[in-house]
Amino acid sequence: MTVAADASEQESWFHRNQQRIAPWLFLTPGMLFFLVYVIIPVFQSFNLSLYEWDGLGAAEYVGFRNYEDLYWEWVDRDAFYISMKNNLIWLILYLAAIPAGLFIALFLNQTVWGIRLYKSLFFFPFVISQVVVGLVFTWFYDPTFGLLNEFLGFFGLGPVNVLGDERFVTYGIIFAGLWPQTAYCMILYLTGLNAVDPEQIEAGRLDGAKGWKMLWHIIIPQLRPATFIAFVVTIIGALRSFDLISIMTQGGPFGSSRVLAYYMFEVALSEYGFRMGYGAAIAVILFLIMLCFIAYFLWSMYREEKGR
Amino acid sequence: MFPKPIEKQPRAAQITYQAMLPLALLFWLGPLLAVALFSVKPAADFTNANYWGMPSSFEGAFNYGQVFFNSDMPRYLLNSFMITVPTVIGAVALSCMTGFALGIYKFKSNLWIFFMFVAGNFVPFQILMVPVRDLTLQLGLYNTKTGLVLFHIAFQTGFCTLFMRNFIRALPFELIEAARVEGISEWRIFWYVVLPLMKPAIAALSVLIFTFIWNDYFWAVVLTQGAESQPVTAGITSFNAQFRAAYQLMSAGSIVAALPPVAMFFLMQKHFIAGLTLGAVK
Repeated sequence: MTVAADASEQESWFHRNQQRIAPWLFLTPGMLFFLVYVIIPVFQSFNLSLYEWDGLGAAEYVGFRNYEDLYWEWVDRDAFYISMKNNLIWLILYLAAIPAGLFIALFLNQTVWGIRLYKSLFFFPFVISQVVVGLVFTWFYDPTFGLLNEFLGFFGLGPVNVLGDERFVTYGIIFAGLWPQTAYCMILYLTGLNAVDPEQIEAGRLDGAKGWKMLWHIIIPQLRPATFIAFVVTIIGALRSFDLISIMTQGGPFGSSRVLAYYMFEVALSEYGFRMGYGAAIAVILFLIMLCFIAYFLWSMYREEKGR
Repeated sequence: MFPKPIEKQPRAAQITYQAMLPLALLFWLGPLLAVALFSVKPAADFTNANYWGMPSSFEGAFNYGQVFFNSDMPRYLLNSFMITVPTVIGAVALSCMTGFALGIYKFKSNLWIFFMFVAGNFVPFQILMVPVRDLTLQLGLYNTKTGLVLFHIAFQTGFCTLFMRNFIRALPFELIEAARVEGISEWRIFWYVVLPLMKPAIAALSVLIFTFIWNDYFWAVVLTQGAESQPVTAGITSFNAQFRAAYQLMSAGSIVAALPPVAMFFLMQKHFIAGLTLGAVK
């Protein structure tokens, strides 16, 4: 009898408090996974960047020496400097996906027969893997048979070995990356254009606005949410660029197409030796750059949450 | 509608537009069409430098047959499915719960936990690389599909939670209040009231995560090696080494590797786009 009373008492305690307990029960599995695999590793990497470690033996504490080495590489204009510079080029040029995506979206925003199929086919490059995109563009640039050189040859311009030339290689890879990214931005804008207020367009037309003026003063302000998301995913995409570089050039020629994400991988997990601590230091720098954008994004979200 | 509907333009503009659509598409997908062309050519065409002409004979069946019966490709494809499907199920299941908790309940740290998921979702992979690889090694899961799946579930939970929480927030809260007045327990509210309403979100996330995971390359390289456990993205690079100059086989292989997410996209287009454009419309 006491057992039964206990049980009912327990149940009622749970019953009374379930609105306080329930969220934690629902959160625990997801949070556990996320903490173990994402949050804690971030701090572990910070810690690791203060050590010299080959991944097997004992780690040796070296303080900020890894960062000092990075600094000297910077001063010597070596791998780190080139990676940073290329990251900056990626960041800036990748943003071209946003206007390019808007342009294609405007071109496709009609209701003619078959347009739905066209829209999906234009989105194609985003759905396929970057590995395949990388292979496709490697052939596109190939100096002996690539379409690019067939095209240049048509105008009497000599063959260019885009991926073998230190001057062009990064731009060539970014161009390949812009292909899927533009498709992504296009979809964002197509959806945004669907939601544009027709009354405002009519009002604009009555006021004599059309073409560029209409686009700039009436349409683009209404596309703000789409632009914001396009900006976020493009920045993140630019800083995460790894697959294309790994597939197309492996950082070459002579390391001239490396970015931080690729350089870090190379230092920590390839023939350049397993320098985990040094790699972690590079990752920390990349993380800190990314953090500026993450903080900005969270701040925007926070304002929006407070606003409703 | 902007730009002005083409039906209201002069006839000439309409015709130009209709003619430009296929041309633009041809230009846009040019590199892919080239690969499709490569994949049906005989090997001799490449040794004779007939790269861009018509195939001297149609060898599509032979080339794709080689990929399926004479290479590791089927293995890699199977691996990809065995990695992708459990990840989709795991990440969606976990985020249904976290999204429910963060979207329905008001408690002090709610917004901070939510921001933790959002921020974690944006970190560069490199900062996780060494510790995650190490953890996987210690668990004895290095070079296994399970090791890859566990990480993918954990990482995707970040994005999925963001998505689910915002979706649940937009549901009518009165439904939950009414259920509470009826004395229905929180667990049953989740299972019988909220979950059925989440079907479109679950569909959207499933296709999206399927594509993300299928296309992942970085973690495949970091956490696995060799044909037993590697997915098709990593497989295609070893394929590349094996068939270096056999462009017809490489092309056929790439197309096979790209097909599942493409098929997924065409089948579930509406949901896919709904997932991608989350928050892009207000």
